[in-house]
Amino acid sequence: MTQTLTPTQSSSAGAEPQKTPWWEFFTFSVDHKVIGIQYLVTSFMFYLIGGALASAVRVELATPDSDLVDPAFYNSLFTMHGTVMIFLWIVPAVTGGFGNYLVPLMIGARDMAFPKLNAIAFWLTIPAGLLLMGSFFVGPASTGWTAYPPLSILTDEHVGQAIWILSILLVGTSSILAAVNFIVTIWSMRMKGMDLFSMPLFCWAMMATSVLALLATPVLAGAMVLLGFDLLIGTNFFNPTGGGDPVVYQHLFWFYSHPAVYVMILPVFGIISEVIPPHSRKPIFGYKAIAYSSMMICALGLFVWAHHMFTSGTPDWLRVFFMVATLLVAVPTGIKVFSWVATLWGGKLRLDSPLLFAMGFISTFLIGGLSGVMLGSAPVDIHVHDTYFVVAHFHYVLFGGSVFGIYAGLYHWFPKMTGRMLNEFWGKIHFVLTFIGMHLTFGPMHILGLQGMPRRVAQYDPQFAPINVICTVGALILAFSTVPFVINAVYSWFKGEQAPDNPWNALTLEWTTSSPPIPHNWVGDPVLATGPYDYGEEYKEDRQEAIA
Amino acid sequence: MQGSIATTTTISEDTIHAHESTGHAEHPDLRVFGLIVFLISEGMLFFGLFAAYLTFRSVATSWPPEGTPELELLLPGINTIILVSSSFVIHQADSAIKENKVKAAQLWFLATFVMGAIFIAGQIYEYQHLEFGLTTNLFASTFYVLTGFHGLHVIIGLTLIASVLVRSLKAGHYSSTSHFGIEAASIYWHFVDIVWIILFLLLYIL
Repeated sequence: MTQTLTPTQSSSAGAEPQKTPWWEFFTFSVDHKVIGIQYLVTSFMFYLIGGALASAVRVELATPDSDLVDPAFYNSLFTMHGTVMIFLWIVPAVTGGFGNYLVPLMIGARDMAFPKLNAIAFWLTIPAGLLLMGSFFVGPASTGWTAYPPLSILTDEHVGQAIWILSILLVGTSSILAAVNFIVTIWSMRMKGMDLFSMPLFCWAMMATSVLALLATPVLAGAMVLLGFDLLIGTNFFNPTGGGDPVVYQHLFWFYSHPAVYVMILPVFGIISEVIPPHSRKPIFGYKAIAYSSMMICALGLFVWAHHMFTSGTPDWLRVFFMVATLLVAVPTGIKVFSWVATLWGGKLRLDSPLLFAMGFISTFLIGGLSGVMLGSAPVDIHVHDTYFVVAHFHYVLFGGSVFGIYAGLYHWFPKMTGRMLNEFWGKIHFVLTFIGMHLTFGPMHILGLQGMPRRVAQYDPQFAPINVICTVGALILAFSTVPFVINAVYSWFKGEQAPDNPWNALTLEWTTSSPPIPHNWVGDPVLATGPYDYGEEYKEDRQEAIA
Repeated sequence: MQGSIATTTTISEDTIHAHESTGHAEHPDLRVFGLIVFLISEGMLFFGLFAAYLTFRSVATSWPPEGTPELELLLPGINTIILVSSSFVIHQADSAIKENKVKAAQLWFLATFVMGAIFIAGQIYEYQHLEFGLTTNLFASTFYVLTGFHGLHVIIGLTLIASVLVRSLKAGHYSSTSHFGIEAASIYWHFVDIVWIILFLLLYIL
């Protein structure tokens, strides 16, 4: 590492940036950068749709009576909100969007291992989303995003439920194909001189994510097929009146859907590990610990699914096993949080929007993680099962975690993707609105849950009304907070300040090429001048003296 | 002399071109790796279905449920022998093409296709003569779903084999230096075979 502090040293500095014409984003492009942006923009649109559904849910809950929508439609609202946010927003955004855009750039490859497969995976999510939205015209699914039988096979909304199953199968296929692509790319296409332990931590996170998606998604596909048979053909896999067992569905479903939680958060851990070091000008603390903890979460994540089933008649010895496994996940997660805080500690912080969102992520995700430890212990879980405490917990993890992380990543890599800077002032406004809205919406839900308000109801006891009003106000702030971001992003994409190749003086490889990168990413072969996190080499001795 | 230089230049330009336009997508090792990774996920699909089957079975009071007709063993037994031996046959094709014996590889592929087709025909015959339907009871449903899913994979495998065979016969594809199609079909066929062995043990023997 003699050539430190020359982050822009590259083979294509000064190369003419790639000007992707707008129509290229509407074609079956095989360029990983185009596909990444296609994923990001599409999933963001589904985020707005899912957010609109959530706002409707919250407005309905502002009063104890069901006076805005009828209860049956209310059930569809929260079902579709959950489905859209998980399968069409967070998963495609973090894996398909950031993963496709960044992984080849970070490992010095020209493209993903299988570019056509990559395009196929993206274009499977479009019909899935259109089908799901179209089901609003024929009576959408209304059994919650978990679609537990026997409710889901006895429902009157056969068509909506069948469409729901079909779109889950489509996004599932997409995510398996993407996982194959990522595993082969990261494993086999690293540039010369980059071993596993000198690749950026985002790639470790994508590796762990892809292994999880690869192993877990097919099991969900199996469950969906059996459920479809029950619904449409009249088999009795999950129907107890015909000798079937609905708990088997829960096992199959959660064998995917719990790991899916890590599919939604592991890449975000990767994003945070990439955002914090350049914005605090310090090497990441504990590179290997963060890398191994991703793989540890991946391994543990496959053995904790039954903690969603503590109240499903699971025998005690099994509850203890799954409780211990669940609580163990707190260890690698804690390692990560500790490493990020240690990286920030004593850093030369640049409080731009990416770092604000990253720090917002750490604090909010920490609360979600702690309530997760509470829920992971069977006695507490049995007490607050299916109350708003659970809703508060997973929104702290998925909104305060995944969505904050996605925003941090968007602010961080927007200059690379578009060649333009985002407006910093509006970025800060966006952060403040999102942060306040988020805590106002989901914070009070902890109290609601401990007081016993059940989830998935349109009408509730009037004693919960005041807190629900606070939540609804928060939700409206949250809905409004997307406005400055959307305007800022659209305006900056066309008219924003020109971005330099490396606006943050970062050291990972994607910053060594032009903004936006040229086709095939580099003119010659990329050069590995420094490690990904060798920040502040000139102060290294001072730091060591200070420690001694 | 000049000719040989020209040839060298062309090859290196082609290599650069492939590298530039598709990343490393044409690299055969990557494709085999990708196929194996994909088959792991296929394996998990069957793993999930097997796990569901075993759970239904362990929870049920009697298995198969009272009144389910006994499964005939003779036809599926013969079918199993045919499918298992076809795995060895397709392996011969894979070895043959690596020694550049194109004709032999085509013949072994044809033989595999015929054996696979006999397996499917046998399965259809068995379906027609079974005395229970898809919705008769839980055992019947799992039986049809598991064997049906496997049969679907056999048909996909047959399609792969047929397309490789046609490409080899009509367009003269595949040689000792370029045989990904043959290798892929062969790996896939082995996978389908392994799944069948587990399936046969679970449904018919145990």
